[in-house]
Amino acid sequence: MKTEDLIGLLAAGETRVAPHLVRQRFAVAMGWSIPLAALVMVSVYGLRADLVQALSGTVFWMKLAFAGALALFAGLATDRLGRPGMRVAGVWAGLAAPVVLLWLAAAAALLGADPAERADLVFGSSWRSCPFNIALISLPLFAAMLWFVRGMAPTEPALAGAGAGLLSGAIATLIYALHCPESSVTFVGIWYVLGIAIPTLAGAALGPKLLRW
Amino acid sequence: MEPIQLRHARFASSESHLQTLLVQGNGGEALAYHEFLRSLSGHLRAYFRRRLFQRPDDIEDLVQETLLAVHNQRHTYRADLPLTAWVHGIARYKFFNLLRARSAREELHDPLDDESLLFAESDTDAFEAKKDLDTLLSDLPERQRLPIVHVKLEGLSVAETALRTGMSESAIKVGIHRGLKALAAKIREST
Repeated sequence: MKTEDLIGLLAAGETRVAPHLVRQRFAVAMGWSIPLAALVMVSVYGLRADLVQALSGTVFWMKLAFAGALALFAGLATDRLGRPGMRVAGVWAGLAAPVVLLWLAAAAALLGADPAERADLVFGSSWRSCPFNIALISLPLFAAMLWFVRGMAPTEPALAGAGAGLLSGAIATLIYALHCPESSVTFVGIWYVLGIAIPTLAGAALGPKLLRW
Repeated sequence: MEPIQLRHARFASSESHLQTLLVQGNGGEALAYHEFLRSLSGHLRAYFRRRLFQRPDDIEDLVQETLLAVHNQRHTYRADLPLTAWVHGIARYKFFNLLRARSAREELHDPLDDESLLFAESDTDAFEAKKDLDTLLSDLPERQRLPIVHVKLEGLSVAETALRTGMSESAIKVGIHRGLKALAAKIREST
């Protein structure tokens, strides 16, 4: 086929693009995966029994602020990574900020604590399972976000996969915070971050295979 | 050499001209979109020629593959961003895909194979694509091939195609969309 003919083919008929196509795909992906992830959390782990009391504690809100900010910037970064010629640029700082702030708070809590209590602050009662719980909850989100990015045009598929994984991990963490009974910010700074790292690394590994176009 | 300001001015006007055409095309103006692709193909050909002077027969394949990618991914273009950066991102991605596929294959083959290409090249070859899109198109499943053939090649309307094929209008639109994506995937696999 000659290039002229290909151009004729591509430009024939309807050439209109729905103006909010990207946003719609994102909404569809979120629309089915968030409820499913919430269902996984509720059915496998259950809401924390003291959820109402937790609402008045600061650590509960720190968890939500951390994961929420991370999800927001991961979403922005993933959108940019899906558009050729766009740079992540300032969004990198937005991704780093929640983690750095969390780690500062975690270090401060650890240093300010009585040495005998430090192990408790670090390990809590669920450190063994916490990262894997977050990773399990992130699974439906992970699939949905990869599907979303497949509809984009990522020129750096490993980074775009990592962005999708980070976004799914951050949202999974928001959901997991409604179960997790831990109340130490040091615990959150270690095990939550590790939990989010699992889908992020998985996304980076799968990106080059799944996100080609 | 023309003065650098002149070249910048020419660049800026072709950027804004092409951008206007793409935005109009995405808004449904097929003529503007046709002109956009035609004009873009010239830029792409020059861009790839500078980088592939040793393999002129790859140039037209890359031009076509990039045009198809521009078309399939045009929803990822944001009108508030420079069009050059977006097109360049796509062209670069397709270019490096080709190089990667090439180097992966050439590790398996004797590089002396290249000698056979010596006399195979001529100027007119540069304008013939090696990969035959007609053949790739004919390999698509009917539900994708028929909508593309009727709407895109024969110029029938979606409604007429629906009547003729017994498919629904939305199936026709989905068939075109998926078919062009599948075509891009087939090109990629054959690289």
